Amino acid sequence: MRLVESRATLTITYLVLGIGLFTALFPIALLVLNSLKSAQEIVTNPLALPAAIRWDNFARAWKDARFSTSFVNSATLTGLTILLVCTTGSASAYVLARKKIKSWKLVTFYLLATTTAPIQLFLFPLYFGFAKLGLINNVFAVSLVYTAIYSPFAIMLLRTYFLAVPREIEEAALIDGASSWQIFTRVMLPIVSPGIVTVALIIGLYSWNEFLIATTFLQKKDSLTAVVSFFLLSGQYSSDWGEIMAAALIIVLPIVILFVFLQRRFIEGMAGGSVKG
Amino acid sequence: MWLYLAPTLVINVVIILIPALLTIGLAFFQWDGLSAPVFVGLGNFVSLWNDSVFWTALENNLIWTAIFLTIPIAMGLLAASMLLIVPRRGSTIFQVVYFLPVIIATAITARVWQGMIYSPVTGIFGWLGKLGLPLTNPLSQTSTALFGIATVDLWHWWGFLCVIFFAALRQVPQEQIEAARIEGASFWQMMRYVLLPGIRSTIVLMMVMTVIWSFLVFDFVYILTQGGPAFSSEVLSTLAYRKAFYDLNVGQAAATALVISLFGLVATYFYIRIQQREGV
Repeated sequence: MRLVESRATLTITYLVLGIGLFTALFPIALLVLNSLKSAQEIVTNPLALPAAIRWDNFARAWKDARFSTSFVNSATLTGLTILLVCTTGSASAYVLARKKIKSWKLVTFYLLATTTAPIQLFLFPLYFGFAKLGLINNVFAVSLVYTAIYSPFAIMLLRTYFLAVPREIEEAALIDGASSWQIFTRVMLPIVSPGIVTVALIIGLYSWNEFLIATTFLQKKDSLTAVVSFFLLSGQYSSDWGEIMAAALIIVLPIVILFVFLQRRFIEGMAGGSVKG
Repeated sequence: MWLYLAPTLVINVVIILIPALLTIGLAFFQWDGLSAPVFVGLGNFVSLWNDSVFWTALENNLIWTAIFLTIPIAMGLLAASMLLIVPRRGSTIFQVVYFLPVIIATAITARVWQGMIYSPVTGIFGWLGKLGLPLTNPLSQTSTALFGIATVDLWHWWGFLCVIFFAALRQVPQEQIEAARIEGASFWQMMRYVLLPGIRSTIVLMMVMTVIWSFLVFDFVYILTQGGPAFSSEVLSTLAYRKAFYDLNVGQAAATALVISLFGLVATYFYIRIQQREGV
């Protein structure tokens, strides 16, 4: 589709889009550039290329932010959350998409309502309750919190995938004598598996990046997530911005690589879930 | 079939519904999180009403809402409509880059802006200062702190809106665009009379979501200024957090949380009404 023929309009278009490109990339470029420089060089000129590439920034960041522990915590938390959201969410989405219970409207409304609830509405009693039960600094407990918060979004997204499956497929399986559980696990789940992958990616991104709950519920040195240990490193433990940017890059890089390869799934997932949800 | 729903519902009720109900109850008590709660009736709400920081926070939330209802939506719409003009491959590259900030953790985005852009020592502002431009760190001034934070969130956020609007624009029926073109509409006339009305429901939806999100904003304020200097960038969510975990005044924190929820509820009500009216 060509909407515009005029050369002037086309030039302005590329100019504006180019400014957008620069704006989006400039802070990221500073992050990458300065992660390779010494603290002194950054003070002299944050825009200059590094005189010598300081790979040791990464080694120090890894040690000071205790990434060997916090990366494991983040990975565990993210993995557990993905597992919980995908298993509980796909079962719920199936029931709600096929209206298999009478009160599906009420359940859908309840789940929708919890997506707009502010975290502060349930954070304080939850924190003190968890504290009483000894669940603070417990990664598994936090993954349950993430599951509660993210699964309504996942259910709304998965629902659209279940809705797209023709009813005849289910009916055929029913005639062949499959139980409801068999229909769900052997017939429906394989068909909607692309949707589950998308949900896993989005929920993984959210859990990996999450800050408020992680910083509240995981406070002991050994239970911090990567993002929270980065936050503490950059707040108190280091004023070496080369090291801080190296730490930032270590957390961001895996996500960005995944995103560049699977960008369509990320974008469609995040957009789809929030527009239709 | 309820068994399929049970895990979701049990987790959701235990983590969200029950604590939310407890929060409503706690709003009427004075509690430090340790000793026995003391019933104070509407006392917490009265002290909020008399607390100037509460009013500053509320005002900041409203300013935040006004900023995010206009700037990122306009930026997103502008960029999305321009993406329609460029070839398909080009538009994909632009989209991916615009979306990149969205996937970077808030804690990291905040620190990059703080250290590499705003800082008078290590950032671009300091470097420009050496060139003779008198720039101060916006986060350290009471008059600019909130806008300094909003700028960071704008950078982080607008690409998401652009991508959503672009997806909606591409779903406007081709026949309408063809018809307008045959009648000789210019690009801007096409935007004004065909494309923008075609994505009206998406725009309205994003505006309502913006209002809801504006009252939830926490990470950037907490990391960049902690609500300072002198509470000038405080918002309701950071105020509630401070009251609960720093002042150990859980009752007032719960009352503040209820005020946030109230705004969310009003926005959700309009969201549902708009959906019904537009028949989305």
